[in-house]
Amino acid sequence: MEKSSTPRQDALDLKPAILELRHIGKAYSSARDGRQVLTDLSYTLRTGEYVAIMGESGVGKSTLLNLIAGLDMPDTGEILIDDITLSSLDDDAATRLRRREFGFIFQAFHVLPHLTLRQNIALPLLLNDLPVEGTEHMLDAVGLAGRGDHFPRHLSGGELQRVAIARALVHRPKLILADEPTGNLDPDTAHDILMLMRRKIKANGASGIIVTHSHAAAATADRVLVLTKDGLHPFAAEKAADLPKQMK
Amino acid sequence: MRWRNRGMLARWLLSGEWQAHRVQSGVAVIAIALGVALGFAIHLINTAAFNEFSAAAHSLSGESDLEVRGPQATIDELIYPLLAGHESVELVNPVLELNVALPNHSKERKDATLKILGLDIFRASVMAPDLIGIPAEDKLFDVLADDAIFLSPAAMEWLGVKQGDILNLSVGTQTVALRVAGGLRRARAGQRIGVMDIATAQWRFHRLGQLSRIELKLLPGTDKAAFKAQLEQELEPQSQYLVAEPATREARVANMSRAYRVNLNVLAMVALFTGTFLVFSTQALSIVRRRHQFALLRVLGFTRRQMLGQVLWEGAILGFVGSLLGLALGYATATGALHYFGGDLGGGFFRGIKPVMHFDPVAAIVFFILGVGITLLGSAAPAWEAASALPAPALKSGSEDTALARLGNPWPGLFFLASGILFTRLPPIFDLPIFGYLAVAQLLTGGIMLMPRLSALIFTAISRMMQHAGHARPVLAMALARLANAPNQAAIALGGILASFTLMVAMAIMVASFRVSVDDWLRHILPADLYVETAASGDTRGLTPDEMKALAETPGLVRVDFFRSSKLMLDPGRPDIMLIARPIDISEPGNTLPLTGESIPAAQLPEGAIPIWVSEPMVDLYGYTPGKQVTLPIGIPARTFIVAGVWRDYGRQFGAIQMRLADYQALTDDRLVNDAALWLEQGVAPEQVIESMRRLPFGNALEFSDPGQIRALSLNIFDRSFAVTYLLEGVAILIGLLGVAASFSAQALARIKEFGMLRHIGMTRRQILGMLAIEGGLLTALGALLGFVLGGCISLILVFIVNPQSFHWTMQLSLPWRSLLSVALALMLLAAFTAVASGRHAVSGSAVRAVREDW
Repeated sequence: MEKSSTPRQDALDLKPAILELRHIGKAYSSARDGRQVLTDLSYTLRTGEYVAIMGESGVGKSTLLNLIAGLDMPDTGEILIDDITLSSLDDDAATRLRRREFGFIFQAFHVLPHLTLRQNIALPLLLNDLPVEGTEHMLDAVGLAGRGDHFPRHLSGGELQRVAIARALVHRPKLILADEPTGNLDPDTAHDILMLMRRKIKANGASGIIVTHSHAAAATADRVLVLTKDGLHPFAAEKAADLPKQMK
Repeated sequence: MRWRNRGMLARWLLSGEWQAHRVQSGVAVIAIALGVALGFAIHLINTAAFNEFSAAAHSLSGESDLEVRGPQATIDELIYPLLAGHESVELVNPVLELNVALPNHSKERKDATLKILGLDIFRASVMAPDLIGIPAEDKLFDVLADDAIFLSPAAMEWLGVKQGDILNLSVGTQTVALRVAGGLRRARAGQRIGVMDIATAQWRFHRLGQLSRIELKLLPGTDKAAFKAQLEQELEPQSQYLVAEPATREARVANMSRAYRVNLNVLAMVALFTGTFLVFSTQALSIVRRRHQFALLRVLGFTRRQMLGQVLWEGAILGFVGSLLGLALGYATATGALHYFGGDLGGGFFRGIKPVMHFDPVAAIVFFILGVGITLLGSAAPAWEAASALPAPALKSGSEDTALARLGNPWPGLFFLASGILFTRLPPIFDLPIFGYLAVAQLLTGGIMLMPRLSALIFTAISRMMQHAGHARPVLAMALARLANAPNQAAIALGGILASFTLMVAMAIMVASFRVSVDDWLRHILPADLYVETAASGDTRGLTPDEMKALAETPGLVRVDFFRSSKLMLDPGRPDIMLIARPIDISEPGNTLPLTGESIPAAQLPEGAIPIWVSEPMVDLYGYTPGKQVTLPIGIPARTFIVAGVWRDYGRQFGAIQMRLADYQALTDDRLVNDAALWLEQGVAPEQVIESMRRLPFGNALEFSDPGQIRALSLNIFDRSFAVTYLLEGVAILIGLLGVAASFSAQALARIKEFGMLRHIGMTRRQILGMLAIEGGLLTALGALLGFVLGGCISLILVFIVNPQSFHWTMQLSLPWRSLLSVALALMLLAAFTAVASGRHAVSGSAVRAVREDW
């Protein structure tokens, strides 16, 4: 597969790659019929680039994110993060790379219920042996100033996702992975969250990959890709009519 | 920064979890605390009692290097000049030690005796100065007076006498009056002893020319071992003497109660074992509940090692707090128990002493490490699971049961069962059933490990049967489906029930078997209508031939059997054995003795051989197997006897030998007897015979009992000696039930989301609680059923391996069905109630909020 590009990405293409996918293949052997999910998938993400990946349910979007994060291993091909080949790392090294270079945002928020907001946000700082003072700034940045001692049970869905965004960015990672970050939110809140996410990723000079079914969410990215059985393709407006309904 | 951050993170995660689930953490801490407390308390009580007992025994012999004694209670004092004139001996201290009966005994003092030492004041003042009597200032020669006795403070208090009072003591059927001339220079607290001039003691207690032992102090520089060997050689031709070191006596004291103390400690460890299981279930279910949280931490960068450390750290802190609490509780319990009940925990080994409580730092450290260690052991498997789970699948809902998938592997359980069975075939170590105990632990662990597989098989089968029947109610169907499809979580709750019920069944069967066997044994050994003995017990009792004749001629009797009991020392390192001489029909010894097998027929005995019948401990401890020829120090010179059979004896743990009274009297010049069994003519009431015998000149010194009274008293003693066992068993069951409550409540919490969803689709709270009650009831029913099987197997080990190896007696198996079924039913109801109570909290919240819960 050729590397996706559009004219407006030319400037970004000059920047070094933060992520390289080289001929990735992945099948689930544990499934009864041994389903092939990804086949010969290649792609390069440049530093500062923010892309959205769309695709039908079950096509392998979340699997791709897991592979990028080193949470799962591809059957074939290589994944390079900042020129480091993931498959060359053992579990501990992959974990250390993940904690340093990645930020995660999930559809289901995944905020630890028994920690305060401040403690939740400080988790990556603690894991990376960084001073936790940056937590207050992040709380302020996501609009939760003064609520650091609150517990997650006191927050709405949108507020929980703000906490998740703060946690994903607080240690200034190079790559943010977001899996349906607005799937559980109403459109207005979703819009706020998406804009906040983009703003913060860009402000940090980080790269981002957002996996989503929502066109509105995808529209906040620099570039939109569609994952199909054949691989990653650039999203063309004229092809939108061919996309499944739920993606519109 | 690194360690500060990690410490902070660990603290946040721990405090968050514990604040949110205080009850579960608290229950685990309580379980560990109870287990450590019981173990530590029993160790402290036994140690204090044993040390005091040893010290008291040691204090009676002073600072001797060696002692010469006989295999029987006394030796001839003619040996004294020989020893005193030995060139390597600096000082010789002759001692007559007697346990003397008290005539006007109160109920409290029944069967009690006063230990009296007859000492040579001049020699004892050097060898054992503490035991010297302190006379009144104006009666300094009382130490040599022929009517004086000096008593320790505890003895004075116990007997209710003071200086100047008269103390009456029993010698056979006669009473001896002695004047309390004063106290002792120094006696241990609670030690009840009296000291007299040795010549007075010999005269007053009819032991002229006899000594219990002669203590030797050797000249400085003498090679003790070489001297001992030389002395043994010199005394060997007479074979009536044993030369022993004080350490041997201490070993004998230790041997007396060792099996009992070890058994009690092991029983206390059972509580700790169930505590371990509770920690495991608490931690395992906590891991299941926090599976998503741990997965997220792994995604955020927690390494496997960090995750493993975090969970183990949680366990270690539970163990740390629980163990500290347990040590404090154990110390308080031991102090209270020693203060209020003394040092005897029912075994009867440590009666009549006042142990002083000492904090034992080494034992405290051992129990602390044990407490923390078993907590870490209980946390190890859940910690490994948390560390090795793949984060991406673990973030998804519905993966909870896979968290415990490894529990479903039957091989470790089968391995434990197989090794347990192997251990049952191994012999004891140091006279202790170490492998027997290990076999019990292995079977219990293996049985519990097989629970996931077994519960899945059984509940799947029941679920399918219900589906085929086609009329399953939804609540029942859902409960069954849950038990069948999430067997690992079910097994954790089931494990708690199984552990406590198995132990209860095993202990109940063992105690019932023992009690029924003792009851049968008592019926066998008490065939007469009436039993008579001289007042109370003691070394100085006995009926003379004239008194025997007078008893036998009492009207209304058809038969009288006289018994002569005396102590015999075969091994200085072991407690004395009992020699019982009585009429035995050599052609039918089974009529008199509760034989465990066949007796060698009289016709097959070698010409002139004297038969003896030995109790079961004699076979294990001394190798006295049927047919074996043995030399016993009965009469001079020692004679050879043949072991004609083995009989069951629950009364004497250290061995007993029975022989015909005629043989005994032919070999010795001892014509006294201790007891008599009386068979009455038909129509004669026991009261008539008692009245006639009371009119005899020595009638007031006689004590009568019928077999019913002796049986009731013996069974009462049996129950009392098992009281601590019942208590420990009860605590183990309590901990097991705490485990059930903890695992049910943890599961209910983990299922809040499921309950919320069920309420969304139309299930009422009542239906959900019904479902939980059915789950709890079915699990307990299965636990009880499997507990019967596993407990039955373990009871076989206790009955046929642990008991014979510990106490050297065998018993027949008896199953207390009724009480076991009642407890099983009570346990089922309790578990169902616990399940509902735990679920009530989980379904009390908002259904909407419940399904929104992330975790």
